[in-house]
Amino acid sequence: MDVRFINPFLNGTVQVLKTMAFVEPKAGKPFLKKDSLARGDISGIIGLTGSARGSLALSFSESSILKIVSNMLGEEIKTLNGDIKDAVGEITNMVSGAARKELETLGFNITAAIPTVVAGKDHSISHVLGGPSIIIPFETPQGPFVVDICIGSIAGQ
Amino acid sequence: MSVNKNLKILIVDDFATMRKVIRNLLKQGGFENVVEAEDGLAALKILKSQQVDFIISDWNMPNMSGLELLKAVRGDDELKALPFLMVTAEALKDNVVAAVKAGVSNYIVKPFTAEVLNEKIEKIVKSLAA
Repeated sequence: MDVRFINPFLNGTVQVLKTMAFVEPKAGKPFLKKDSLARGDISGIIGLTGSARGSLALSFSESSILKIVSNMLGEEIKTLNGDIKDAVGEITNMVSGAARKELETLGFNITAAIPTVVAGKDHSISHVLGGPSIIIPFETPQGPFVVDICIGSIAGQ
Repeated sequence: MSVNKNLKILIVDDFATMRKVIRNLLKQGGFENVVEAEDGLAALKILKSQQVDFIISDWNMPNMSGLELLKAVRGDDELKALPFLMVTAEALKDNVVAAVKAGVSNYIVKPFTAEVLNEKIEKIVKSLAA
């Protein structure tokens, strides 16, 4: 995968969570993931097409997403309910939007599909391109989450 | 000139959670008189049955999009003067041009802070009063 794709998704994730949820996540070292197992309890997945094609997933640990969404809504949420699922979809959408805006400056014109949300222990992430994917791990005071991207540029880019 | 914080604001978004998020951000700016609709069609029903002072609408929605709602509002003699703030996940040039052509008052790109949202509302209301 083209390394130019990593920073826009990393920056977009930090920007969205900082702005909407007042959480400043710390990014760890990206690594390659060869299996389809999600690295979190709930994941938002969105397909990307255009001058690059692939998919983006955000997988949150239960503790991290409960705090993030509680901050977004201004009320404490204690379980992975419908609000959390909605919010994970919306966060995925916003991260994709912020990343695509940055990618536009690199000459990539990418559009996004509608996000889907999957929850449960040991659920899997099905990337459009099949894999392998790049994992960008993040830490928050309440727990970890990861950005899981599998994207490739179309010939000519 | 200060803006009337009792403005009745209609939030239109298909995601209930996003409506709650916007409601929470508005509250931080002192705007608590809020009604909600899950798409453009539901919004029109509300606009026809009660007085609303300001519309904040998402762009992407099923049944009737934010742009279609904006066009319907601007095409209605009773509603056409209503301030309309469009919320988008991305500032695509074509979308912005289409919204401006349809008469949007302003637009805001997600993610945004309470400060940015409330500043946009105040700016639109003040420009209408000038």
